[in-house]
Amino acid sequence: PEVTAEVLAHLERLALVDFRDAEGVERLQKAIQFADHLREVNTDGVEPMDSVLEDRCLYLREDDVTEGNCTKELLKNAREKVEEYFVAPPGNIPLPKLDEQETSLQGS
Amino acid sequence: LASWVAVVGLEIHAQISSNSKLFSGSQVQFAAPPNSLVSFFDASLPGTLPVLNRRCVEAAVMTGLALNCSINKKSLFDRKHYFYADLPAGYQITQQRVPIAVNGSLSYSLCIDNKMSQMVTKTVRIKQIQLEQDSGKSLHDDTRSQTLVDLNRAGVGLMEVVMEPDMCCGEEAAAAVRELQLILQTLGSSQAVMAEGQLRVDANVSVHHPGDPYGVRTEVKNINSIRFLAKAVDYEIQRQIEELENGGTILNETRAFDSRLGCTVPMRDKEGKQDYRFMPEPNLPPLILYDAKSLPANMNHQQVVNIDLIRERLPDLPSVKRAKLVEQYKILPEHSFTLLNEEGLTEFFENVVKQTQMKSRKVIGWILNDLLSYLKQHSLTVKESPVSSFLLADLLNLLEKKEISAAAAKQVLAELWKGEGKTPLEIVKEKKLELIQDQKELEQICQMVIDGHENEVIMMVLG
Repeated sequence: PEVTAEVLAHLERLALVDFRDAEGVERLQKAIQFADHLREVNTDGVEPMDSVLEDRCLYLREDDVTEGNCTKELLKNAREKVEEYFVAPPGNIPLPKLDEQETSLQGS
Repeated sequence: LASWVAVVGLEIHAQISSNSKLFSGSQVQFAAPPNSLVSFFDASLPGTLPVLNRRCVEAAVMTGLALNCSINKKSLFDRKHYFYADLPAGYQITQQRVPIAVNGSLSYSLCIDNKMSQMVTKTVRIKQIQLEQDSGKSLHDDTRSQTLVDLNRAGVGLMEVVMEPDMCCGEEAAAAVRELQLILQTLGSSQAVMAEGQLRVDANVSVHHPGDPYGVRTEVKNINSIRFLAKAVDYEIQRQIEELENGGTILNETRAFDSRLGCTVPMRDKEGKQDYRFMPEPNLPPLILYDAKSLPANMNHQQVVNIDLIRERLPDLPSVKRAKLVEQYKILPEHSFTLLNEEGLTEFFENVVKQTQMKSRKVIGWILNDLLSYLKQHSLTVKESPVSSFLLADLLNLLEKKEISAAAAKQVLAELWKGEGKTPLEIVKEKKLELIQDQKELEQICQMVIDGHENEVIMMVLG
């Protein structure tokens, strides 16, 4: 399977992973090849299973307030905070454009 | 110039009215200290798992039934992935494949030409209702180039109601949302107050020539009131028509409504089409709902949501309430709309009717013309009315017994608005507004008038 530069860039943006170099991309291609073996199985008439819990009962909780009120504890994880708010960068930071990425790949 | 047809669909998010959140036990409350209503699950700390809140399921079933939907006895949860600071998990748990309710309808009414006397009923199809999590809130601090995040709202239960593109203009969209709001409030499944973010509406708008396929649609967000919804939709329709007539094209984009300028603008941060990489939520088995027939014998009733039981307990929906009011009180359909449209007005009206001998179809005039217009002029709610139903009934009784004239009654009412604690009878006596019942006295007054206006009398006699 050929993984085009566009698909790579798309994947990197969606999952915020960095395939870093040619070896990384090759590993990805091998992973896709491995998973493709699944297509060899005939699944006609078989309902897909999307959870091993499919026969379990989904537990329903009563509508009571039992958690919360732990602002201090939660904010311990924050690198930066402002008056009990978490601090994040302004909006989403756009990833470098496609051609900038190709340059960095060639470099390694 | 060729004619245009506009097509409007709506995606409405209604916050479920519940004590705790959809998948966790932290409290649901508007306006609380930042990050005080957040559990470890809401903050997406590792090792936490979602646990479904039964009340949220019931709210969604109620709403589905009220909107004539088929309730899916088996529905599934999925993850919708995207990155944003107020979505700590990096995904939202929603119902993309099989939502809890599908294929319903909502009927709403419109006034033709702004005349309340000519109302027409329209229907919009409900594509589906799904349960999903709300995100936290981002406060953008542009001066310091940062975003402050409050997760109090993260994880609150939402019902997303998807309305098919059966509407054609801002007025229809507004009327449909208004009716949905009334239904949700009647059910109690959501308080649906737009100003508090409990009801959020996104509009999908496109235009095309009659007979042509649908045009490219845009999504309009950031609509904060029903009034602005109508404006935003109508603006966008106009914008698209003008763009196309000038030879331009419509981009499939997301636009924000700017209420100050009254227009829609492209939204930043929406680069290209989003790929949400939907996948089944692995931590939640399918949601199974039961009815009287499928109810298992030996199951803990706390774990059972019975659709038939919920259907039996549904309150009268607004349309039924209106029909009952028209039948019981012999008022016009448009009166019933106004009564239901104003919080507490129906109750006020019924209380007055109970306490007066005046016929209800005469009382309604005093409620809608006099009481309501006064309240509107002074921006008061029915609850804040200085004139109680008791006082108004008292006044109407005087009128009914012919102790005062209608004109006098209006004068007394004007005095009552001052809220000085006087009764109608006291005001009548004070201002000497009693109708003269004595025949002789009336004759004397008439004679006096005739004597004082000889010329006019002659002219009248001559014809």
